[in-house]
Amino acid sequence: MISLGFIAEGVAQGGASGGYDPLLPGLILLLPLLGFAANGVLALMAGSRAADRIRGGGDGAAIAGPDGKKPFTHTLPTWIGPGVLLGAFILVAINFFRMLGVELTEPVIRSYWSWMPTGTLSVDAAIQLDQLSMIMMMVITGVGFLIHMFSVGYMKEDPGYPRYFAYLNLFVFFMLVLVMGANFPVMFVGWEGVGLCSYLLIGFWFQDREKADAGKKAFIVNRVGDFGLLMAMFILFATFGTLDYGAIFQQAPELFVYGGAAVTAVTLFLLLGAVGKSAQIPLYVWLPDAMAGPTPVSALIHAATMVTAGVYLVARSSVLFAMAPASAAAVATIGALTALFAATIALKQYDIKKVLAYSTVSQLGFMFMGVGVGAYAAGVFHLMTHAFFKALLFLGAGAVIHSMHHALHSTHKDWDAQDMRNMGGLKRFMPATWITMWIATLAIAGIWPFAGFFSKDEIIWYVGTAGAFSGLYVVLWGMALAAAVLTAFYMTRMMVMTFHGPNRTGEDEAKHLHEAPLNMTIPLGVLAVLSVFGGWINVPGSVRESFFGGFGLLPMSAWLDSWLAPVTAGADAIRMAELGAYADVSPVGGGHVVWGAIATTMALVVVILTARHFLAREVQPAHIDGEPESGIGKVLYNKWYVDEFYDRIIVRPILATSRFCWRVIDRVVIDGTVNAVGAVSKGVGWFGSLFQTGQINTYAFIIALSALVVLGAFIF
Amino acid sequence: MLVEALILSAILFVVGMLGVLVRRNAIIIFLCVELMLNAVNLSFVALSRFMGIEGQIYVFFVMTVAAAEAAVGLAIIIAIFRHYETVNVNNFNLLKW
Amino acid sequence: MIEILFYIFAAVAVGSAFGVVLQKNPVGSLLFMVATLASLAGIFVLFEAHFLAAIQIIVYAGAIMVLFLFVIMLLNLGHDYRRDIQVGVGMVLAFATTGLIAGILVRQFGGAETSPMLAAFPGPEGMDALLAEQGIIGAIARPLFTDYVIVFELTGILLLVALVGAIAIAKRRV
Repeated sequence: MISLGFIAEGVAQGGASGGYDPLLPGLILLLPLLGFAANGVLALMAGSRAADRIRGGGDGAAIAGPDGKKPFTHTLPTWIGPGVLLGAFILVAINFFRMLGVELTEPVIRSYWSWMPTGTLSVDAAIQLDQLSMIMMMVITGVGFLIHMFSVGYMKEDPGYPRYFAYLNLFVFFMLVLVMGANFPVMFVGWEGVGLCSYLLIGFWFQDREKADAGKKAFIVNRVGDFGLLMAMFILFATFGTLDYGAIFQQAPELFVYGGAAVTAVTLFLLLGAVGKSAQIPLYVWLPDAMAGPTPVSALIHAATMVTAGVYLVARSSVLFAMAPASAAAVATIGALTALFAATIALKQYDIKKVLAYSTVSQLGFMFMGVGVGAYAAGVFHLMTHAFFKALLFLGAGAVIHSMHHALHSTHKDWDAQDMRNMGGLKRFMPATWITMWIATLAIAGIWPFAGFFSKDEIIWYVGTAGAFSGLYVVLWGMALAAAVLTAFYMTRMMVMTFHGPNRTGEDEAKHLHEAPLNMTIPLGVLAVLSVFGGWINVPGSVRESFFGGFGLLPMSAWLDSWLAPVTAGADAIRMAELGAYADVSPVGGGHVVWGAIATTMALVVVILTARHFLAREVQPAHIDGEPESGIGKVLYNKWYVDEFYDRIIVRPILATSRFCWRVIDRVVIDGTVNAVGAVSKGVGWFGSLFQTGQINTYAFIIALSALVVLGAFIF
Repeated sequence: MLVEALILSAILFVVGMLGVLVRRNAIIIFLCVELMLNAVNLSFVALSRFMGIEGQIYVFFVMTVAAAEAAVGLAIIIAIFRHYETVNVNNFNLLKW
Repeated sequence: MIEILFYIFAAVAVGSAFGVVLQKNPVGSLLFMVATLASLAGIFVLFEAHFLAAIQIIVYAGAIMVLFLFVIMLLNLGHDYRRDIQVGVGMVLAFATTGLIAGILVRQFGGAETSPMLAAFPGPEGMDALLAEQGIIGAIARPLFTDYVIVFELTGILLLVALVGAIAIAKRRV
């Protein structure tokens, strides 16, 4: 128990902790890891039992035993999986509220052991707690717990139930390592670990070739980004001789030249890593395919947490990005391009999860814009609210798919359970899902008073006011506004096609449509509440005093800005010194309140017009409707043919090169050399075997001859 | 007389070796090996005249070994003959694989 | 007198040795071998090794050679000697090799009598004194049963093993 206590407590390190003493920070990490271990053992046991059943001629996928009861391997994960998350969330919440009460200017660092003491590089297995990691931990464990709870209902009939929870717990562990690491290598362990779990969970149903391939695609595309992250770490180590956050960010203003080549290279490589993990142009292609995984996984990993790691990385390295204005502009530009580009693709998708996937890519673009213009708090703010409403949307979509799957399965209809053209009118059958998903839709569309209004419009506002630094940001501002309009459009389209209009599943199937069970609707409800009020924690003063803040009556504050101030202080100081303050007005005039009003009105108008348009249109089921034949619709439906483009310019050349290496270099050159060595040995052996006659005379003669040689050597 | 004895010993040794090389009858080859052993014995005896009694003791041991060798070797030749109906070594090439 | 006897014995030994090698009939070879052994026994006597000379005649010429003869008779090899001696290139090579070796050995042995290495040893006079004191049997038996006793016992074991081995190999399978 001593070692367990040590792992839970760690050794305090560094300077002033402001009197803040975190409660068992290691245990926060340990709990999901223990959950992984327990569920992993259960998964192995379940696997060997299934193998026994198959050997006995039974059905390997059957869960319930002969008595109709589920074995313990499928009942225990129900409690272990969400249980460890709940425990971790409670611990994080306790630490969070204790941190609220103190003025913490420096991160609290806990070191566990010396991980890589090699020569000049010394890396500790250390975690740090500060305001940024605390926010991330709250989101990861809080939303993570809700999604675990939802998964209990969603995955309960799956033979891989314990394996699912093992992976999910492992993911949470690595995600916490990512945000809690006190240096780049520890963060990188989490970074790679979440990539691994993402791969495992996308390919969760690996019997399906397409899904396994989607997992591989995600993994391989992420490798490109990981290369960038590694390069950045090498340069940082070469410059600073350390990889600890604290030391690097403290010395960066002295050792780096503002806008110099070194810091620009570092930040561009970091950006490459962030682009890979957060699915931005040009590496976004893996995320839509990642929807092959179970829907709660899409909610947790591919919407709420893992894909925001890139935003976290930029926010964490804010000092470096503030020193490299070119890189920061690149971040914002990539974000704006992605936001607009992904939003256009989402316009014409019919798979409900694909719409949400492109929406996620688009919203991540908004976050990149935020951190790119130096509004780190705004980026993290949108990260948080997005985690709420996008998780809600995904879970709602999961409930819909779950219900659709049951309905179609009941009559063995081979329709796609995820195609929105096959849905329609689901609000009668699933009212709770319908209401909560509308809340999330209004939130993502940016309509007052939902969370997305505050977070997204804050980002758009900052992009616009950054026009004071460069004309580029004015262009990005226009793109952001366009993306926001498109967001309202495609989300409303999705909602109307799914929940409104006539039901298109068919008479017999419709009888089997049903609302999700309570353990799935409760997380929806909690997330809906968060989607409404989650945005109220970061509202500028002028907005609070206006109509949007109920003229100061509603409980709103600018808390998050001040909470994150210690983390972003270094970057803010550099930006103020080099670039100056943001403008007070948007590029075309108007302050906070005016633009708030314009934005929310615009979103509302788009939502209403879109809803009217799609309610009036008659939608046909997928097998009648078919694919768009021509025009821009066809291009958008086919996602601008980006996958095909990558296939032509990257995948096929690599395959051709590999084939060349295989056929020429491997088969001819390498195999030829090896075979030649073999042939030479064989020839020498054949020559030697000529002396091996088996005749005693020959051997005797050779002995005599050797004796002669030895004697001769003695004499001469 | 020592030199002459040693030269005689060398000649006998070489003649024995010649026998080993040119004869094909396994028993005769064996006999020639005995001849080589005797050549060495002669040099031992001749040198013992000058260097002490140990030379003769060695000869004693060599004879013992020769006797043992003759017993085992001839037994092997009998076994081989039973198998091949010949003792001509050109007919045996089992040493090769 | 001794030298004359030595040369006579030596001539007989070399001559009969060649007889062993070149006689086609195995029984003839064997008889030449007996002659060689007998003349070597004579040379042993000339070198004052009386005990070994007796052993040579009794054990070697008497017992071992009879064993050979017995085997030749048993296998009925008396007239199976058509292709017994190698001819042609093999013969030439064998003569060349052995001739060269003989040349080298003879060249090396020349001058052995005056070699300084011999100075450290008792020499013929010392040997004569030893024999006068202990007799040939005592001179051999004393070191054989003291310094070389373990080797002596090992030769006993070796003979036993050879005996068992010979029976095991030559025994007809039952």
